[in-house]
Amino acid sequence: MSDLIVLKESINELVKNVVEKHGASRAELIPILNEINRKMGYLPSYALEEVARLTQIPKSQVFSVATFYQMLSTDEMGEHVIRFCESAPCHVVGGRQVWQRLQEELHLQPGQTSPDGKWTLVTVSCLGVCGVGPVLIVDDDMYGNVTPDMIPEILARYA
Amino acid sequence: MKVFRSMVLVSSDPQSMLHGAEEVFQRFQAEIKAFGLEDEVTVSMVGDIGRHDVFPLVIIYPEAVTYGPVGVDQVHAIVEEHLYKGRVIPEFQASVRELSGRIAWLNARKGTVPAEQRIVLERAGLIDPTSIEDYILHDGYAALGKVLTEMTPMDVIGEIQKSGLKGRGGAGFPTGLKWSFVSKANGDKKYVICNADESEPGTFKDRVILEGDPFSILEAMTIAAFAVGADEGYIYVRGEYALAQERLIQAIEQAKEYGFLGKGIFGTSFNFDIHVHSGAGAYICGEETALLESIEGKRGEPRIRPPYPTTHGLWGKPTLINNVETLANVPAIIRHGAEWYRQFGTPSSPGTKVYTVLGNVNVTGLIEVPMGITLREVIAIYARGMKNNRAFKLAQTGGSSGSVIPASLQDTPMDFDSYARAGVSLGSGALLICDEDTCVVDLARVLLNFFRRESCGKCTPCRVGTERAWYLLKRISEGQGALKDLEELLDLSDNLYQLSNCGLGQTAGTPIRDILKHFRAEVEAHIRLGVCPAGVCPMHEEIPASPVIA
Repeated sequence: MSDLIVLKESINELVKNVVEKHGASRAELIPILNEINRKMGYLPSYALEEVARLTQIPKSQVFSVATFYQMLSTDEMGEHVIRFCESAPCHVVGGRQVWQRLQEELHLQPGQTSPDGKWTLVTVSCLGVCGVGPVLIVDDDMYGNVTPDMIPEILARYA
Repeated sequence: MKVFRSMVLVSSDPQSMLHGAEEVFQRFQAEIKAFGLEDEVTVSMVGDIGRHDVFPLVIIYPEAVTYGPVGVDQVHAIVEEHLYKGRVIPEFQASVRELSGRIAWLNARKGTVPAEQRIVLERAGLIDPTSIEDYILHDGYAALGKVLTEMTPMDVIGEIQKSGLKGRGGAGFPTGLKWSFVSKANGDKKYVICNADESEPGTFKDRVILEGDPFSILEAMTIAAFAVGADEGYIYVRGEYALAQERLIQAIEQAKEYGFLGKGIFGTSFNFDIHVHSGAGAYICGEETALLESIEGKRGEPRIRPPYPTTHGLWGKPTLINNVETLANVPAIIRHGAEWYRQFGTPSSPGTKVYTVLGNVNVTGLIEVPMGITLREVIAIYARGMKNNRAFKLAQTGGSSGSVIPASLQDTPMDFDSYARAGVSLGSGALLICDEDTCVVDLARVLLNFFRRESCGKCTPCRVGTERAWYLLKRISEGQGALKDLEELLDLSDNLYQLSNCGLGQTAGTPIRDILKHFRAEVEAHIRLGVCPAGVCPMHEEIPASPVIA
C-alpha cells in the first residue's frame, strides 16, 4: 500500500513537471504524453488521469489520443523493447527470415512481453532507414542489414 | 568569416553512429588540434551521405577523398598523412566500385554516365548542417533576400507557378496554385506547415534533406509565408526522426540569432516564426488534415474535405501545407528563376525528383535525377543492376500507396503525366525493385498488412476493407484461397477507392488491382494449383487430396 502511494506521488511529480514545462494546453497534449512515455517507458492509466486533471482535457480524450499513436503505449513494456520493421522494403530483402529467427529465439508473438519481463517484441511500420533493410531497433539502438544469424549475437548484447 | 583549406565530413546516420562515428569525430577534433591544424581544417558530422555499405564514412574536401570504414585507430594516420602532409592513403579509401548515391557521382564515375542533377540535395552531405554560416556561404538565404527586397508576394507566387513545380508528397498538385489559394483566402492569421511526417515505407528522402540541409527548409517556409501572408509556421516531423528534429531546432535558433526568423526579417516589417512539432508514430498523420488534427492535440483522424486547409486549416485558419522536398525546390527556383528550373525534367513535370532505390539491386540509396527518367535507367545505371543477376520482375513505387509496376512498363518515363497515362502512380519516390524471387501475393499481403495497421479506423470502408483484403490475401498465401476471393478482392479494392474518406483508404486497394492486372496467372496458381511459383508463400505442406481445378 505504501509503495503504491509512493508510486502515485512520484507520478504526480513527474506529470506536474512535464505539464508545466510544455504548458497546460490542448496543443501540447501529444508532446506531454510523448515525454511521459519516454520517461516512464509507458503511460500508466494513473498518469493519464493526472494529465487530464492538470490540462482540463476530458479523460476520455486523453485516453483516446494515448491509444492512437504507436510511439505511445498504455501497456507496461519489458526491460528491452525490440521493434521489428515489417514493411515491404525490409520484407523483400530478407526480413521474413529475420522475423522467423526472432520468434524462434524469443518465443514471443508480436506485442507480447516475455514472462520474466525482459523482452517485448513488437512489429512496426517503416522506420525510414530502408537503405539498410532488414532493420530492427532494440531500445534506442538501430541495427541494419540484419541477417538471421546475427539475431543471437544482437540479443546477447542485452543479456 | 574563417576560410578553411580542408573540410572533413563524418557520416552520422544511425548506422554510422552505431559503428562509432561519434568517437571518430571526436578523435578527428583531437588530432587536428594536436597537429595545430584547427585554423586550417574544419570537421563536421553530416548525417546520412547516401551510401549504405560502409560505416562510418569520412570525406575530405576539396579532394573529395572518401575513407571508410574509418576506425578510431586510423584517424591519427589520416590526419598526419592526408591533412598534414597532403598524401592520400589509398588503403583506407572506401572501395570506389561499391560507391553509391551521390558520392559516386561526385568522383568515381564523373563524365562516364548521366550524372545526377541535384537541386534539392544540392548541399546535403556537403555542408555542415549545424552551421548557418556554412549555409550562407553556399548561397543560403540569397533567395529570401531577393524575395524580401525585390519582389512582391504576387511576384513570388507567379514565379513558382511559372516554374511548374508540383507537390512532391505524392499527389503532384501544382505548388504555385496552392500558394495562390492560401494567398487569396480571407483572414488575417495564416499558417505555413511543412509536412515532414515522412512515413511511406521505403521513403527517406525528407529525412536526408532535414538532416543534411535544414536551413533550406526554414528559408523556403519563410519565402512561402511572405508569399501567402502567414506569420507562423510548423514543421511536423515524424516522431522517429530524432536527429532531424534536433537539427531543425538548432537551425531555428541560429536563424533567429541572424535575423532570418522572428520579427523584422531582413530589416523589413515581415515577421515569421517556426515551431517544430514531433509526431508520435502514425502513418496517417502524413495526410494533411490528419496532420492538422495532430498538431491540435487530437487523434490523427482526417477531416472531411472540402473545406480544404487552404481556407480552413490549422485552428480553422487558412493554411499552406507543403512537403519537405517540394519546399526544398523553392529557394533554387527563386535564385535562378523559373526558366532555369524548367530546363530540367519534362515540360509537364519540370525539375528533379529524389528517389530512394531499394530492394534486390546491387546499390541501394538516394538519387536525385530529372523527372522523366525510366525504371530501366535507374536499375541499370544508378542501382548498378540486379543483385546476383536475377531478372527484374516488378517495382513498387511511392511507398505502400504507390503502384506495382511490371517489367513491361520499365521504359515508361517516370513523370506525373506519363505514369498517369500508363495507369500507375509515381507516389512519394520510393522505388522498391523486386526480382523474380518475389511473390506478388506475399508482397500484396505485406502491403495490406501495413494499411490494416495504419488505418485510423474513422471510416468503415477503410477500417473493414483493409482488414478483409489482408485476410483474403493471407488465406491465398496459405493455400486456402478460392477463385471467388479474387472477385471479392477486386470489389474491396473498388470500394476502398470510391468510399474511403482519405488517401490512405483510397490507395490501399492499388496493390490488389495492380497484381491482378499484371500478375493474375501467378495469383491463380496459388489457388488452382496450390503452388507459389516464386516459392515464397508457406502454402500447404502436402498437396490437397483433390486439387481444385476450376
